Amino acid sequence: MRGVPRRLTRAEARSVRAASGFLLPFLALFLLCFIAPVGYALYESLLKVERTGPLGLGGETKQVWAGLSNYVHALEDDRFTAGFGRVLLFGAVQIPVMIALATGLALLLDAASARWVGFFRTAFFLPYGVPGVIASILWGFLYVPGISPLVEMAHSAGWDVDFLGRGAVLWSIANIVTWQFTGYNMLVLIAQLKAVPGELYEAARIDGASAWQVARHIKLPLIRPALVLTTVFSLIGTLQLFAEPKVLKPLSNSIDSGYTPNLAAYNEAFTSNNQHIAAAEAVLLALVACVLSFGFLRLVGQRGKDGESG
Amino acid sequence: MNEANDLAGGAVADQPTGAAAPGQAPETAPSGARPGAGRRRAARGRAGRGGSEPPLRHRIITVSLLTVAAIYFLTPVYWLVVSSTKSSSDLFGTFGFWFHDPHPLDYLHRVLTYDDGIYVRWFANSLMYAGVGALAATLMSAAAGYALAKYRFPGREGIFNVILAGVLIPGTALALPLYLLFSEIGLANTYWAVLIPSVVSPFGVYLCRIYAAAAVPDSLLEAARIDGAGEARIFSTLGLRLMTPALVTVFLFQFVHIWNNFFLPLVMLSDSDLYPIQLGLTSWQGYADRQPELYQYTVGGAFLSVLPLMVLMGVLQRYWRTGLTEGSVKA
Repeated sequence: MRGVPRRLTRAEARSVRAASGFLLPFLALFLLCFIAPVGYALYESLLKVERTGPLGLGGETKQVWAGLSNYVHALEDDRFTAGFGRVLLFGAVQIPVMIALATGLALLLDAASARWVGFFRTAFFLPYGVPGVIASILWGFLYVPGISPLVEMAHSAGWDVDFLGRGAVLWSIANIVTWQFTGYNMLVLIAQLKAVPGELYEAARIDGASAWQVARHIKLPLIRPALVLTTVFSLIGTLQLFAEPKVLKPLSNSIDSGYTPNLAAYNEAFTSNNQHIAAAEAVLLALVACVLSFGFLRLVGQRGKDGESG
Repeated sequence: MNEANDLAGGAVADQPTGAAAPGQAPETAPSGARPGAGRRRAARGRAGRGGSEPPLRHRIITVSLLTVAAIYFLTPVYWLVVSSTKSSSDLFGTFGFWFHDPHPLDYLHRVLTYDDGIYVRWFANSLMYAGVGALAATLMSAAAGYALAKYRFPGREGIFNVILAGVLIPGTALALPLYLLFSEIGLANTYWAVLIPSVVSPFGVYLCRIYAAAAVPDSLLEAARIDGAGEARIFSTLGLRLMTPALVTVFLFQFVHIWNNFFLPLVMLSDSDLYPIQLGLTSWQGYADRQPELYQYTVGGAFLSVLPLMVLMGVLQRYWRTGLTEGSVKA
């Protein structure tokens, strides 16, 4: 690199000029919408509001340095930490269930014994077209006693279900998320399955492998990169859980203002008007998301060195 | 058309070659003349599928499992269709999975005209946010991904890694500080507050870079340069054309992402004239306790808003598959 001949520099300069022209619009907005908010959140999270009037009421307010006290406040807030624990529990159960379901459906649709593949694939993927809020409104109606035909049917079968009770509501939310995203994850997995050269299956079949063996020993290892991708995106999505509990909140007493970290930060900012604490909570959320997704990628990266992916 | 195509597509889709185009007649598939497929094929008459036919028992199990899954995924949609034809009192008073005194057109008309047709406005807002946002996002991602794939310059990998890290930052963690930032510069509660963050897609840049690296040959660019074409012209005539499959994927991803985004508009907007449809419907749902007819409008509005996107999903999942494959194969 050091001994680059002089005559190359013109081409290089041209290259740099062109590349920066193409990159500039994106980078400018990336700076505004990603880098700046992260910086601003960090800055805000280190400040607090101090009132200077008599008894700390009214009068002038000014922002003063707070150190890490907002973080301490957030982490000592039982509601906030409980919300974190809740989404982690949610992710530990819902993500494996959803990915397993998506994998199962992808393999079934890819199996030689499947029929009406186009119809089924469309049916499974359809809920992805339903936004989270609408899906929550929709399932909310299916959970509420009085409207829900599900509750009615269960009741007439002598089984009283309460989808919105203290123990159940988290899993009712998990059901909404699973309903919405299984089809999408399935489609990503199918895309990867279709990219596998057909001769591989053919060879295995000639060697006498059963459909189950082909799925277990050939297809599953080959869709590993797609499984990693879908899991990481699901993880990030789970930590951001917001629309579902927000929409179901009026229907269930079991959802409080800090039910998920995101809901806590939102209510801190807009209900309690405490943007500094909200900023600290947003930073904590982003931090946990990054640590978990990088941690997961490292974990599978170490175990999956054999594949040619990456 | 969809139905017939699905049946044909089903037969083609699980051919071992896997690369057959949807709608291609099974007879034309090259796998027809494979040895060892003779016995059962004779019984099937016209068979294009390679390998031996799976036993009936397998087929029954597979299709039963798929049917159970389909019932799960379609039941809420079915409920929505049925319920959009009911009045608020019938929503509470009658069995949810069956019709009762249906007046679909009348009720949907009321949804569209309630409050001076605010619903239509929300719908147009959603279309604008998602359409304009996704288009701008696609073009910017294409340019940035192309630059990162096809030019050498100092700091290239560093920039790319920072953009990649952006994929892993939860959007909602950004939305709150972004709101505070936009309030300072007077952008909060405007169309721009939703539109500007929507056009930044780190994932789009990632996909475009991978795709451009594989699909745009350097030799072609060199040839164009020797012919005297400028860099901008080369990108707009050659680059964009060769990257089209990836661009379709980025556009669709971003369109759905913006259309589904709830947190950002919720944080940014207070004027209901600027609301996208999701935000509008939750506000109706919130008032429904006091104004019971809003229950029915919420259900009808949800039905109307879901309809175009579901049609889009049904049509697009075919095209989308190819785009997704490109992304993951070359990753």
